[in-house]
Amino acid sequence: MPGLPKAITVTPAQNHIKSRRRRETAAAWAYVSPAVLIILGLGVLPVAWSLLLSFQVDDLVTPSRWVGWDNYAALAQDPNFAQAVGNTLLYTVLYVPLSILFGFLLAQALNRRIRLIGVYRTLVFVPFVLSATAQGVLFSFILDPQFGAANSLLHHLGVSPQGFLTDPGQALLVLVAITLWSGTGFCVIVYLAALQDVPPSLVEAARLDGAGTWRVLRHVTLPAIMPVTAFLVVWQLITSLQVFDLVYVTTKGGPLGSTTVIVYFVWEQAFKNFTAGYGAASAYVLALALLVVVVAVRLLRRPRKTVRKVLR
Amino acid sequence: MTARLDGVPAPRVLPVLRRPRLPFSPWHLLLVPLALVFAAPLVWLLLSSVMSNAEINRFPPALWPSHVDFSGYRYVLDNALFVRWFTNSLIVSAVTVVSNLLFGALGGYAFARMRFTGSRALLAVMIATMAIPFQLTMIPTFLVMKKLGLIDSLGALIVPSLVTPFAVFLLRQFFLSLPRELEEAAWIDGCSRLRVLFTIVLPLSRPALSTVAVLTFLSTWNDLTWPLIAVNHDTVYTLQLGLTTFQGQHHTNWAAVMAGNVITVLPVLLAFLGAQKTFIQSITSSGLKG
Repeated sequence: MPGLPKAITVTPAQNHIKSRRRRETAAAWAYVSPAVLIILGLGVLPVAWSLLLSFQVDDLVTPSRWVGWDNYAALAQDPNFAQAVGNTLLYTVLYVPLSILFGFLLAQALNRRIRLIGVYRTLVFVPFVLSATAQGVLFSFILDPQFGAANSLLHHLGVSPQGFLTDPGQALLVLVAITLWSGTGFCVIVYLAALQDVPPSLVEAARLDGAGTWRVLRHVTLPAIMPVTAFLVVWQLITSLQVFDLVYVTTKGGPLGSTTVIVYFVWEQAFKNFTAGYGAASAYVLALALLVVVVAVRLLRRPRKTVRKVLR
Repeated sequence: MTARLDGVPAPRVLPVLRRPRLPFSPWHLLLVPLALVFAAPLVWLLLSSVMSNAEINRFPPALWPSHVDFSGYRYVLDNALFVRWFTNSLIVSAVTVVSNLLFGALGGYAFARMRFTGSRALLAVMIATMAIPFQLTMIPTFLVMKKLGLIDSLGALIVPSLVTPFAVFLLRQFFLSLPRELEEAAWIDGCSRLRVLFTIVLPLSRPALSTVAVLTFLSTWNDLTWPLIAVNHDTVYTLQLGLTTFQGQHHTNWAAVMAGNVITVLPVLLAFLGAQKTFIQSITSSGLKG
């Protein structure tokens, strides 16, 4: 075999592959760079920045000063912060279980093939897509103690007029009621999707074995929708711990701080009182609380998808 | 835009018609009052927006308008600021939706189909950022925007949400589910990566693209927190932000406030009613995949 073309042909091909791979890497980075820039620049960097801020005194204008743990120490003694934490917890403890329970019951009721079912489902879900601002404006009008429709209705029913959002004893409960009105629809839709995935053969088999409605619910439906319930618990927890817009529009934290939730407190510190470091510290407390809660719920749930699996 | 629904098959009506239903089911006795509870505030929103202020301010207020009065709407639409707020919201939402589709598709495609150093770590970081609560980042984001000189401009409202990790991640997942063969054929024929993405992959990805479009629109149009922080001048307000000040300034003119509220809610309602199936699917699926 005198021909030795091997060495001559292979090298350019390898070069070709190499340059191709390099080109691909360059192209890939060009494709991801807008996303990377925005997400790292405005997602990851601020997390670290916030932590630094929480150890400083900063008014968003003049240069900041390092104060160590002072902000956290002050938070621990701040009665307003304690009240904000308390309000947020009360709000969460009421909203999360109630929205999930109502969502499940409504989904059960709406999971049938009857006339107008589409209309019912739409009506239950529509409040969810309204902005918290629109809800807030609408309900501060309806619940206006003097000329609101709610008191007018109560008047017709012979009930004495209520203070609603202006009454420190009622305001937070009223806010929970408004979010239940708008947020239950989300749970309903998620549960409806889940209920439709419950295999009918399973239900039929249970019925043939003589199981009544209650036992089918207890032994077939509830176990089948457990993963969805776990998801809803996490999701509703996150949304309720972060509630802000509705409070800002309706009560601005009042009356007497009765509706000041943590995020409202953070916003007030940073952008109203211009104590950004203090605000950052309170935001960190909220974030850590969220983290603990989410991890706890995740641990209670069967460990299924790991990050590695999602990433392949 | 990409949120069109004509690619979605529509034989959904048939199975429902197939089974003859009873003309009346006792379930209606339960469902009618329930539906009324959810609908009543919205009905009241509509009714009060066409009432005269005299009717609204009377005690006890009228529960039904004696005649349809459009003075609230006229007042709102004659207000140059209100029209400006609407335009601002429209601009911010449109730019955000388009850029999320574009940058989300580019990023998602690179993560799904291209091999490059650091891609895994980068993707992991992106997914992790989805879990960061906004309150943690809002103060530094404000400082970044201030450094960039964008505070008090529409830029401050647009830049932080130009592309979300959610858009990148969702589109990546969808691209992974597409068969590779289609792209490979075009690639071997000498098509560039970018062309493959735009002529083959994206047309096949309508469901995912409309999900991103719908959810991006919903969150941008409805947002209040960030505009409240990033914008002080009332000419740069969005509709949501404008509405909150409107409420205070025009306390006596409730008909106008309610008319403004109807106009604020309308785009979202129309989007929802027009694309109900996609909307609900996107909300359930995006949540459940998390």
